[in-house]
Amino acid sequence: MKSNVIKLVQNIAESLHLKPQHSFAGGVHPKQFKRTAHEMIVDCPLPPVLIQPIKQHIGELCEPIVQVGERVLRGQKIAKSQGYLCAPVHASSSGTVIKIDDHIIPHPSGMGLLSIFIEPDGKDEVDESLHPLPNYRSVDAIELRERVRKAGLAGLGGAAFPTFVKLVQDQQHPIETVILNGIECEPWLTNDDQLMVEKAHEIIGGLDIIMHMVEANQAIIAIEDNKPMAIESMQQTLLGMGLEESVRVEVLPTKYPQGGEKQLVEVLTGKEIPAGRLPIHIGVLSQNVGTSKAIYDAVCLGEALTDRIVTVSGDALPQPMNMRVRLGTPIRFILEQCGLEYLDDIKVIHGGPMMGELLSSVDVPVVKASNGVLAMHKYSVMQAHHEEEPCIRCGDCGDVCPAGLIPNLLAMHCKEEKFDRAEDYKLFDCIECGACSYVCPSHIPLVHYFRFGKGQVAQIRREKDFAEESRVRSEARDARIAKELAEKEEKRRVALERKEARAKAAAEAAATNTISEKPQEPDVVVKTDKPEAES
Amino acid sequence: MIFLSSPHQHGGNSIQLTMFSVIIALVPAAMVSVYLFGWLAVFLLTLCIGGCLITEYLCLRWMNKKTARVWDGSAGLTGLLLALVLPAAVPWWMALFAAVFAIVLGKQLYGGLGYNLFNPALAARVVLLISFPLHMTSWLIPMHAGATLDMYNFTTSLQFFFFGPDAIKQTWDAITMATPLGYVKTELTQGVTVTEALLHYNYSTLHAFIGREAGSLGEGSALALLMGGIWLMARHTISWHIPVSYLFTVALLAWLFNLINPDLYAPPLFHLLAGGLMLCAFFMATDPVSSPSSGIGKLVFGFGCGLLTWVIRTFGNYPEGAMFAVVLMNCAVPLIDYYIRPRVYGHKRRVPLS
Amino acid sequence: MQIVLAIGIFSALALLIGIGLALASRYFHVEGDPLADKVDDLLPQTQCGQCGYPGCRPYANAVASHEAEVNHCVPGGERTMLEIADIMGVEPKAIEEEETAPVVAYIREDECIGCTLCIKACPVDCIIGAPKQYHTIITDHCTGCTLCLEPCPVDCIEMVETPELLEHWSWPVPGTLRAQVGEERKYQHEE
Repeated sequence: MKSNVIKLVQNIAESLHLKPQHSFAGGVHPKQFKRTAHEMIVDCPLPPVLIQPIKQHIGELCEPIVQVGERVLRGQKIAKSQGYLCAPVHASSSGTVIKIDDHIIPHPSGMGLLSIFIEPDGKDEVDESLHPLPNYRSVDAIELRERVRKAGLAGLGGAAFPTFVKLVQDQQHPIETVILNGIECEPWLTNDDQLMVEKAHEIIGGLDIIMHMVEANQAIIAIEDNKPMAIESMQQTLLGMGLEESVRVEVLPTKYPQGGEKQLVEVLTGKEIPAGRLPIHIGVLSQNVGTSKAIYDAVCLGEALTDRIVTVSGDALPQPMNMRVRLGTPIRFILEQCGLEYLDDIKVIHGGPMMGELLSSVDVPVVKASNGVLAMHKYSVMQAHHEEEPCIRCGDCGDVCPAGLIPNLLAMHCKEEKFDRAEDYKLFDCIECGACSYVCPSHIPLVHYFRFGKGQVAQIRREKDFAEESRVRSEARDARIAKELAEKEEKRRVALERKEARAKAAAEAAATNTISEKPQEPDVVVKTDKPEAES
Repeated sequence: MIFLSSPHQHGGNSIQLTMFSVIIALVPAAMVSVYLFGWLAVFLLTLCIGGCLITEYLCLRWMNKKTARVWDGSAGLTGLLLALVLPAAVPWWMALFAAVFAIVLGKQLYGGLGYNLFNPALAARVVLLISFPLHMTSWLIPMHAGATLDMYNFTTSLQFFFFGPDAIKQTWDAITMATPLGYVKTELTQGVTVTEALLHYNYSTLHAFIGREAGSLGEGSALALLMGGIWLMARHTISWHIPVSYLFTVALLAWLFNLINPDLYAPPLFHLLAGGLMLCAFFMATDPVSSPSSGIGKLVFGFGCGLLTWVIRTFGNYPEGAMFAVVLMNCAVPLIDYYIRPRVYGHKRRVPLS
Repeated sequence: MQIVLAIGIFSALALLIGIGLALASRYFHVEGDPLADKVDDLLPQTQCGQCGYPGCRPYANAVASHEAEVNHCVPGGERTMLEIADIMGVEPKAIEEEETAPVVAYIREDECIGCTLCIKACPVDCIIGAPKQYHTIITDHCTGCTLCLEPCPVDCIEMVETPELLEHWSWPVPGTLRAQVGEERKYQHEE
């Protein structure tokens, strides 16, 4: 009786939107710099060469299936997936494969991967092998999932996780709520904002497909309150498509990192994802709005993933804009399109300033995870990289940490390589958002220490596993050699016994002086394959 | 190849900004000290701050570190805080000794900024109190509260500062008085109740609030300290946890015991305004290096400080317990940091697993 | 008289506490892992013999019985030495050898004569081959112990540096900015 009354009150409060808008603990308010807000999306022209690495997602490498000299069409598969956690790579335009070779990729290490180089022929002919499925509601969810995998979709919010893996119907963990992440909390970036203004229909179409695939009956589209046009566009489109019963737009206060999956789920559903587990374990599925539109394109239009929206901006860029860029376009080309040719004293950030990486070379291609390209003056980037001073233990970092860690103590343990202590302080719960380094008065590169610590722990674990395997193999070898030695000893003993028995019998025969006994068959000594090795 | 990790945007905060904000917040208290003790306060402030800066410079030089760090504000802040907790009667050599001790043994020997266990100014104060009890418990009668005429002008102060009371032809008894805390404590041992003692003392809450009473340089004016403290909290230079929990604990304990026996235990407002409580709560206990890092740890730290302050004031030998309380809780800070941690997202436990 | 009493009380106290400790060490004794096992767990199991003992287990036994110093394991490097010193309760000692990059063995199969001498020498059985057949190293299992180099009569085995995999790359420790800027200048200078 009492719980019914409480539920009634809650329902009333919810319908009146009186639920207190609680936010996650911590967070910072960096300066937004949204200079490309309200800039319509511009198509980037085809570059002279498209460079497509064979891995643009979290997971296994793909294997190239085209030869040098072969002509490919836009959307044709050029590298097939290997293993489960993999999404295939498709050609971004029609043209000829000119080379398959190692090339540098946008990775902080500056290392490279095998890449397929395509020279576009300008005709941009499309591969028609993926048929459009506009009546997706009558298509089996498994087939739709296979379509999403075949189209090479990966998370376009920056993480690039193969999308089809998440779109699963698990009996033990049914999905109740689908969340569409339109937050875009990183400064400078506006590609999701503009996508929601211009392509709201496709995004919500993709959401409908997702909801059908995982059999969820509720969805929330989360947008930050600094995007009024996007909010209006999405709400109008929802009404126009008649989905306002099951889908609602939730406007959240602007705070970094509101767009982090863990924080978003906590604010929207009130539940926390348990440590080490996934959102599906609490019945939630989260997708970026760009990925949702890509799902719509893949299913309803039969298009593989060949382009994405990139915010090209930065304080050193003459003409910042939101561009639709083909995957594989070299970043140098994009910067030239925006008026930047001479890159002296310019640092280019791939992604946003809080979690993106500095590029060591602008000849890297745009990949599925590239949501932003920021050309910054060197001095403005270096303002964030002062010389490290001693930690004054002010605790500001802990106040802003969205995961509830104590970053200054954690970084100290990582620095002193006390990784057991670091894991005890929950090193692996850090989402590397950068809010702690943002506020640190001593300019300590906290996130760098955590990344260093995580890498070292992973390496130590690998080395320990390898040492254990080696020890097992070594002990097996010792056992094998001991067994062989024992067998040899056994044979010698048996041979010696027989020899002694024969000698004894011969002695007896000689003693009795009879020639009645037949000569004994000589013993057949079985020769082993292994030659004697007395070392 | 240089590896610079994200984030590539910074909020603009720096150690210098933090330290100088605290120095600015202490300016009202310093001005009140000059109002109370005239030129003597000026000399004491100058010597302490100057002594700290010079000692820090020499230490950095000797330890082969960058000497530009002397301007990061931490040595200056230590000097200012040290001056504000010293009684006005300290001679120049004692002030210099305190400054050198605070920087060398209170900070640099631990490893420099960020590594000291104790608040340097408070550590120096405690050492002085135990080593030179006479000077450190002689509270000069301030101006506007009945001081000897012309005691605090330039020449007289100079003579007193360098040569003691004999040089200005005064005796200790003539120029000193007891603080409210000290007076109440001695009277309690004689069987006088708290209310009677306060009456004999001519205690006025208003004067205690503004600062027209005997005490160390900075602890007099609760008003000036509150102004500075609240400004710092609004700027997020210090967090609210320690001052609020510290003052709340003292007020609560004083109120409870005052209810039980008003004759033996002083009322909460008296405790809050008396002695160095306000100064310690807002500026000493909140020293970032010697206080816990997490918000919950800070609450526990403030609670512990408050408890110890009240206990030492009421049951201990010394009339003033704030500085001992803070120094004692500073010892416990590593323990607090280890055992009292905020809850991590996705986990249920608070305590460490090992 | 009082001094005698004081001495007597303290002596009795010392005796009581001593008896208490002896009883505690007997009745509260905790059976733990033998020390040699613990040391063996820390070693990298390369079985290379660079420590002077024929394998990791013999070295662990020697360290546990205080016959060997803690700084003999070369593949383990400084980290292993510090861990062993920690367990043994002794002062850390610097390793005399230079720490080299991880290497694996590689057989130039064109030159291999199929004598199987290296197969017998490998302590972890990671060489595949048969008499008169090419031999080859299973690179994933090779620990880089170099024990196969000597027995080869045609010297067709060499040690090569393991290439760094992208998945295994990790961030190096942050350097001070001054050191980083210096390194950048050096890098530009070398170009």
